[in-house]
Amino acid sequence: MSETALFINGVDKFYGPIDHGVHAVKQLSMDVKKGEIIALLGSSGCGKTSTLRMVAGFEAVSRGTISLKGREVQTFAPVKRNVAMAFEGYSLYPPLTVRENIAFALKASKLSQGVVDEKVASIAKLLEIEDIMGRYPSSISGGQQQRASLGRALIRDADLHLLDEPMGQLEPQLRALLRGRIKHFIKERGLTAILVTHDQTEANALADRIAVMEGGVLQQFDTPQMIKERPANLFTGTFVGEPPMNVFPAGVSGSGEIVSFGLNEGVKLDYKASDFSHAVRGELMKRSKVVLGIRPYAVRRSEGGVGAKVAVNQWLGDQTHIAADFAGGTMVLVEHDRTNLAIGESVGIRLDPSSLHVFDGESGRAISHGQELA
Amino acid sequence: METTSTLEKILRLIALTLVVIFFMFPIFWIFLMSFQTNETILAIPPSVIFTPTLSNYAALITGKLTTAAGTLDIAFMRNLMNSIFLSVTSVAIALVLGVPAAYAFARHKFKGSEDIAFTLLSFRFAPPLLVLLPLTQYFQWLGLADTYFGLIWVYQLICLPLILWIVRGYFEDISADVEYAYRIAGHSWFATFRKIALPLAGPGIAAAGLLAFIFAWNNFVFALVLASADKQPVTVGALAFVTSSGIQYGQIASAIVLSVTPTLALALYAQRYLVEGLSLGAVKG
Repeated sequence: MSETALFINGVDKFYGPIDHGVHAVKQLSMDVKKGEIIALLGSSGCGKTSTLRMVAGFEAVSRGTISLKGREVQTFAPVKRNVAMAFEGYSLYPPLTVRENIAFALKASKLSQGVVDEKVASIAKLLEIEDIMGRYPSSISGGQQQRASLGRALIRDADLHLLDEPMGQLEPQLRALLRGRIKHFIKERGLTAILVTHDQTEANALADRIAVMEGGVLQQFDTPQMIKERPANLFTGTFVGEPPMNVFPAGVSGSGEIVSFGLNEGVKLDYKASDFSHAVRGELMKRSKVVLGIRPYAVRRSEGGVGAKVAVNQWLGDQTHIAADFAGGTMVLVEHDRTNLAIGESVGIRLDPSSLHVFDGESGRAISHGQELA
Repeated sequence: METTSTLEKILRLIALTLVVIFFMFPIFWIFLMSFQTNETILAIPPSVIFTPTLSNYAALITGKLTTAAGTLDIAFMRNLMNSIFLSVTSVAIALVLGVPAAYAFARHKFKGSEDIAFTLLSFRFAPPLLVLLPLTQYFQWLGLADTYFGLIWVYQLICLPLILWIVRGYFEDISADVEYAYRIAGHSWFATFRKIALPLAGPGIAAAGLLAFIFAWNNFVFALVLASADKQPVTVGALAFVTSSGIQYGQIASAIVLSVTPTLALALYAQRYLVEGLSLGAVKG
């Protein structure tokens, strides 16, 4: 078992009076191991930045505890927590050059000038900002400021590195390049990092584990693969993945050898009972309302499939996105070939039971993924 | 690049000249008066050609005012020193108290913070005379009437709200994250205030300080009511030139020139900051 770097236990955050103000983070508990990279993923206002700021010490914790390396720090000033942070708004010191801004972060560590220079130079190289080291923040672009700000955080030898939307302003190519480099840099030094992002590609590429947040609630905290393959609930299922998961409300019925889902507009999907495990069948039969989910790339076209009508057909250069009217909703399919389908054409659609995600119709919690229980 | 025709340039020059003459003429005229005797000043028609005399300045500096009715003692130099002492001390105290308060109001929203800030600003709304009557009573009772301490205290009514509200806007303009970035790098909040917030708000603090100085310097009513002769600033002291044998225009003019000089010098020195400061504050809204 590796050492726990950060432990968040039952944390609530209210803006305004406790229990009456805006409830930004609700009963959040999570742990981060030393050397791990964690992504807090969610849409704007989901509580991810509030969480980061509570860990840094810029926001008071309304309830619960935050422990760094085993000591409770929720009441400590930022200076006592030994964490580094890259801010979304860069927050460089205007009167200092980029080099001074980065070197400044090491001032409190009392390293010799030679060591500082060496570290600054290697960070500048890593982030491709060597040519702007002598410039002032006001005279460089947003992307350059962001990299300088990132450099100021990464150069420190802190117990925890907090990165708030660290690459949002970068051009796509540079972003892809830096993602790899930064991950390597963090892993090589055994640093622990939490990054806040709304970009799932970034979360998938960088993080060992992703914490999906929505409405101040932690929805799922797992590896990128598990989040994609076994989403814990309807929110995670539809939030993670591009294009998003197709979802259709359905009723369940079954008789002996058949499990049958009744979708809107009288569309009926019949499966063999053996397509689902005994436990899954048991869970399904307890419910009358469920939501069926299937990833666009798992949807197949087949002659004998359920009828759907093509509404959109887009070739994106490397894949085709087809949207078809299906059971009162829209079914999106991703195919890797260029598909010639006219708008309005009828197609048959087959949904493999092994690719099917079933969620509870009321709570949205996952019931099954393929054959197995969630 | 902006291109202007010759005609436009000439028109602009004329307009500028007119504006400058309009605003500068009284000051220029007073400057000329300060080198004239009462006789040449009151001569009709007035003339810009005269034999300059330094007698007015000499009278002010020696403190001996010679009038038709005899020689009077005036305390102008003492008044000037009082003005400098009162204004400088008041602004210094207001800065020491007001800048940290402004920072607190800008950075921390606590219960009643807006109300307190507004109350402090409301000191500027009250008609000074209305405040002065009860204040005089209290000051006499407390033994603060006619003391520098009491005067400087009352001057805070002028300086403190001004500094508080101008500087607060500047602190609010600084991104809090810049300070957080400094704090998380291992510095206390006080070090952050000193090393990050103060320097970044520097121009605003300079502008607010200068404005407060000008307001303090030009104050008349507080000093008139609360100070006796030996503690009066120039604004009140100038009354001494209205004598039983007439108004000493020459001495008044030279007194004005002398009393404008410190503020003018300070304003010219801080002009850059002042313009930048006021415009930044205006953008903030």
